[in-house]
Amino acid sequence: MTRRALAAAAAGCVLAGLLTACGGGGGEESAPVLHWYVYNEPSGAFRTAAKRCTKAADGAYSIVTVDLPNNADEQREQLVRRLAARDGDIDILGMDVIWTAEFAEAEWVKPFPDDEAKEVTDGRLEPAIKTGTYEDRLYAAPFNSNAEMLWYREDVTPKPPATWDGILDQAAELRAAGEPDQILGQGQRYEGLVVWFTSLLESAGGHVLDESGTKVSLETGPTRKALQIMRDISRSPSTPDNFATAREDDGRLAWETGDAAFMTNYSFVWPSANENAPAVAEQMRWARFPAVREDVPSKVAIGGFNLGVGGYTDHPDEAFDAVSCLVGEENQITNATDGGLLPVTEALYDDPKLTEATTEVEVDGKQVEVRSFPYADVIKDELADAIVRPQTPYYNDVALAIARTLHPTKGIDPERDVERLREAIGRALKGEGLL
Amino acid sequence: MTATAKRTTGRARSERRLGWMLCAPAVTVMLLVTAYPIVYALYLSLQRYDLRFPDDHGFVGLDNYQAVLSNGVWWQDLINTLVITAASVIVELILGFALAFVMYRAFFGRAVVRSAILVPYGIITVVAAFAWRFAFDPTTGFVNGLTNSDRSWFTEQWSSYVVIISTEVWKTTPFMSLLLLAGFMLVPQDAVRAARVDGASAWQRLWKIIIPLMKPAILVAVLFRTLDAFRIFDTIYVQTRGAQNTESVSIIGYQTLISRLNLGLGSAVSVLIFACVLIIAFVFVKGFGANLAQQRGENP
Repeated sequence: MTRRALAAAAAGCVLAGLLTACGGGGGEESAPVLHWYVYNEPSGAFRTAAKRCTKAADGAYSIVTVDLPNNADEQREQLVRRLAARDGDIDILGMDVIWTAEFAEAEWVKPFPDDEAKEVTDGRLEPAIKTGTYEDRLYAAPFNSNAEMLWYREDVTPKPPATWDGILDQAAELRAAGEPDQILGQGQRYEGLVVWFTSLLESAGGHVLDESGTKVSLETGPTRKALQIMRDISRSPSTPDNFATAREDDGRLAWETGDAAFMTNYSFVWPSANENAPAVAEQMRWARFPAVREDVPSKVAIGGFNLGVGGYTDHPDEAFDAVSCLVGEENQITNATDGGLLPVTEALYDDPKLTEATTEVEVDGKQVEVRSFPYADVIKDELADAIVRPQTPYYNDVALAIARTLHPTKGIDPERDVERLREAIGRALKGEGLL
Repeated sequence: MTATAKRTTGRARSERRLGWMLCAPAVTVMLLVTAYPIVYALYLSLQRYDLRFPDDHGFVGLDNYQAVLSNGVWWQDLINTLVITAASVIVELILGFALAFVMYRAFFGRAVVRSAILVPYGIITVVAAFAWRFAFDPTTGFVNGLTNSDRSWFTEQWSSYVVIISTEVWKTTPFMSLLLLAGFMLVPQDAVRAARVDGASAWQRLWKIIIPLMKPAILVAVLFRTLDAFRIFDTIYVQTRGAQNTESVSIIGYQTLISRLNLGLGSAVSVLIFACVLIIAFVFVKGFGANLAQQRGENP
């Protein structure tokens, strides 16, 4: 009996202590802490931005980052699980450009009010704005951007081919001459394959979905052409055997061995090659993503990240204000110079802060300065008329359908697979059946 | 019911009540963590329920099951899963038996031998899957270096199967051999010695005495591993993500539930996997007479 009384008294004390602590905090009307769910950017550029914007808010709110996995699929899984359970802790979220329609349709992100929408789209690349827009409203503010380019070697091909057919021809010639001839790309069954396919299809003049975004388009001529290129590249003797499992990073590693002549890949390969393979990097050049037809420039699928405001946040006004600050030009420049993430404000591609920026890399134990973004003008042109991957709440299903139908790309039969692809994407758009 | 109640004495009744009270906490926890999710999955599998369209719910009867069972993907993946299950369990049984025998007969360093054999089982499946993936990687792996080939193992179905099944075998043979070791322990030494006195050769003693006496243990080991292998997920997810036609039924369940967020369809897949597991267990218990109680030594 005495023991029980003691325990009750102790519990009461603890409870009282908690209550006073809570009361003290609440009384001050403390500024909200905004949680920014985003992947753990290795250079710390996102944390710098959070600090900078906390300072700019001048006590109105503070921003802390909450780390998500580095892999985009895993980020989506975690965010979606929380948002579907109406988690109000997510104030700001980093969103891959392909999630907007899905998150907007489910009301997991809030649409931007007009003022903020104007601010975060001002001077931004048109395709980047389009990725954040669903049914004419802005749901995600462009934060950083990216697109694949063609990387080649000046010592191997002084003048790079402009088309895929040109790549195949040149690779065959190089192979016959015993020079480096490998063609590197992304052939695994994953998002990279969808990027390749949509880029080829749009370059050939076709579209995955029609204007409404609810029906399959896939015009026969362009689709067949895109599939034929995918098959021919995959079957070329210059394409490595492991193409069916190759992702971006496999391409980078193979490139640095010096056996390759051509590679389609993102800009992260540039600093990496300078550090790991300076001899290759010295000869390394860049050009626009290969075209399908000689006379029509290529169209390449835009990548990157946007920032949205969580649908269940208790502080939407502060969150929108914070996003406007986070996507500001100063932070875009830090993202670029520290993290290698390319900006979304078009003018920044001509800004000396970016074009003259240098990175220190360690070559044979010595620190060497190389230009960080020598390719800025090429990628600016690409991004200006880049294409946006299908904008539908069923994007994930559509991407799964494309990757499943076309993989392995060696086995593509352009005649037969146009119809298979139409059927698979049609099923995906209805959200029915297994894919 | 009333007749038995009348016949039981007051003491027996109070003991029974005490028994129920003692296991009530465990029963409650089991109901919460096992029965509730199963029933909820069954309920979801009869609904149109996609997380992306929160307002579009509704009862659809067996439509989800029909959608899964009428799709070639399900049947193809079921075949893949059965192939992987059968191949890995057979190899594991043979290897596990040999290892169990080694553990049983190890005269010196018994503790070292046993722990050495158990090491792979102590490694997390995802880590093991990565280790094997890296080992077979054409640019960074050592397997191609040793065999002097430049094969890309994960670009063809048969070679992907080889790596996946090898990973499974490497990882879970210790589990099999541990269960079989328990079986060896059950074999009375007198019977083996008597057979030797009667002139039975080592081979005859193994086939006529030891294996028949071990049958319950073997069946339980094979049953456990079959159920386990049928639900294979991590190894395939890490090594091929289901590409090259190596997808298992658990991978479709994951894709439908977690990445496509289609809870109705995904639950139907999960319930079907559950049904397959029940069928396998039923076949083993009824068809081969696997007796779980016997393994525990309750029934000599």
